[in-house]
Amino acid sequence: MSSVAFVAIGILTLAAALAAASLSKLIHAALSLAVAFVGVAAFYFLLGAEFVGLVQVFVYVGAVAVLIVFTILLTRRESGSPARFKWTGALVACAIFAGLLVAIFKTKLPAAPAPPLAPLTVKHIGDSLMTSYVWPLQCVGLVLTAALIGAMILVMEEKRP
Amino acid sequence: MTPTLTHFLAVSAALFSIGLLAALSRRHAIFILIGIEMMLAAANLNFVAFWRFGPPSPQPVGVMVAIFSIAIAAAEAAVGLALVIAVYRHFRTSNVDKLNAMKG
Amino acid sequence: MTREFLDQIFIHGKQYLLSFTAGAPGWLVQIISSLLNIGALLGVFLTLFALISVLERKILGRIQNRYGPNRVGPFGLLQPAADGIKLLIKEDVVPLRADKVVHFLAPLMMVFPAILALGVIPYGRNMTAFAIDGGILFFFAVGSTAELAVFMAGWGSNNKFSMLGAMRAIAQMVSYELPLIITVLPVVMIVGSLSPDAIVAAQGGYAHGLIPRWFVFTPWGGTAFILFFVSGFVESNRTPFDVPEGESEIVAGHMTEYSGFKYATFFMAEYFGMFAISGLAVTLFLGGWQAPFGLLQFIPSYVWFFAKLSAILFVFIWIRGTLPRTRVDQVMNFAWKFMLPMAFTCILAAAVWHYQSHGLIGWFGSFAVIAAAYFVLSRVLDTGKKFAPRTYRFAE
Repeated sequence: MSSVAFVAIGILTLAAALAAASLSKLIHAALSLAVAFVGVAAFYFLLGAEFVGLVQVFVYVGAVAVLIVFTILLTRRESGSPARFKWTGALVACAIFAGLLVAIFKTKLPAAPAPPLAPLTVKHIGDSLMTSYVWPLQCVGLVLTAALIGAMILVMEEKRP
Repeated sequence: MTPTLTHFLAVSAALFSIGLLAALSRRHAIFILIGIEMMLAAANLNFVAFWRFGPPSPQPVGVMVAIFSIAIAAAEAAVGLALVIAVYRHFRTSNVDKLNAMKG
Repeated sequence: MTREFLDQIFIHGKQYLLSFTAGAPGWLVQIISSLLNIGALLGVFLTLFALISVLERKILGRIQNRYGPNRVGPFGLLQPAADGIKLLIKEDVVPLRADKVVHFLAPLMMVFPAILALGVIPYGRNMTAFAIDGGILFFFAVGSTAELAVFMAGWGSNNKFSMLGAMRAIAQMVSYELPLIITVLPVVMIVGSLSPDAIVAAQGGYAHGLIPRWFVFTPWGGTAFILFFVSGFVESNRTPFDVPEGESEIVAGHMTEYSGFKYATFFMAEYFGMFAISGLAVTLFLGGWQAPFGLLQFIPSYVWFFAKLSAILFVFIWIRGTLPRTRVDQVMNFAWKFMLPMAFTCILAAAVWHYQSHGLIGWFGSFAVIAAAYFVLSRVLDTGKKFAPRTYRFAE
């Protein structure tokens, strides 16, 4: 049963990612990227990390995808220039994919399927965040504040003297 | 054929290389950002897959790293897109090939 | 025996239906059980949608000193059937240069999150459709995908007014998502769990045997309920915050180029969003399916839930009929300068209340924190503009 789900979600995610990388119209690419993110969130659900899946939908689809479409809206050009595909990039990507696959299949990974895991509750994640990971949490808070202020300053209109 | 770690790693490697394809072979700045976000999502998938198939540990390390990585990716997307808007306002183009004022 | 049976009548009915699948493999039984849940949910809420759409027009009519629709059935109650038939047989007009795929998918993407969000709300004892551990997070995660759908609607229409309406709608929805989520944080903090079932269970019992322990009766809970309610208004784009679909300004905003069934889908999505936010407000603050007084516990739990839901929907409709539309910059100012600081003080007040072990000092302390923040904010945000008496000038 989980193999059927795995194959279906894998096909969905990779097809959406390919569409996002190769479609010519920017809006369609951004929306396929949102679908690919939902596919990755489905993978997280399959792996048993439901909290990460929900955070993925919340942050990536609800925030990053909306940011991307807003930016597409604000930087529109009137004429769509013919997007000449650069083939060297495709070659490099294929080479890296081949290299990664070789590395994966050569490594001695645990052949047995996953050991039965205790369900990861939100309480457990909350406890870890507040005890062992409290410093990274504060640092992420600082980074997010800095990014917020920085992004606002970058797009503020300059005051004319 | 239950999915094992190899399958998940193969899928995440494919997602990573598709992201790399998008980042390397397009000329519009936002396409490059789309590729970068895809690469980050693939790396997070790797972390969570290794957490699931790895030895049981008291702290869910892979999940924690994935959560922090998602937060940082959101911050990076915000700043990157602000940069694209600022550059567009100045140069009136989002074609990265034309942004060569510092060349030479 | 009768009280338990009436309370759990739907659970018994579902188990009776599932007993027909005794020999099937486990995953098939799970799928059939989920389909039964979804079918029941859709049936109930589609009926409620039809009922509320006609009741809203009648209540608005009464507020405006006229009858609402009263021709179609007894007291006009069959009006939704007439509306449905009309919208279904209308011609589906798509603009020539519109982006066909995006234009088609936008209404669907708008209604999916609303229906998904309805799945995690507990409607009665043991009557949650999908009891997820992080239910509240699921609710907000699917709610945040609605902004993408609004953008798709505005973009796919290839119309400048639609685009403008979509941008205003997204700005408003994104700004008010923050107070919406932060006002939920005190409740989650006090209960210690993200699961709606646990939150409803934590509001059980009666203080002094008389007053229910709902969170709305605490100082931080009452403030958080008001803030959540107002943010819910904005999230569903209802008057007085219906700038995105301002009928006298930008025709219908992002829904301008939609006709017939797609417009009905948008309409349905807005109402389902209203149901979802009201359902969550009932769950988080008003005690869910629990009875307000111990004597009234013989009434089944789902009756209480839908009674509270109807009360909140009545307040939604009442406010729509009473208040004028706010300006878009007033809306944004209100969100960022007033509601966000007040939401943060709710968290502080809840912490004060909790760490004084719910004693009298805790009640006074949390009330004092909220009152202090409110007074400081109202002094700081006061622009000093006084309202002059109106002078009317008529054409000579």
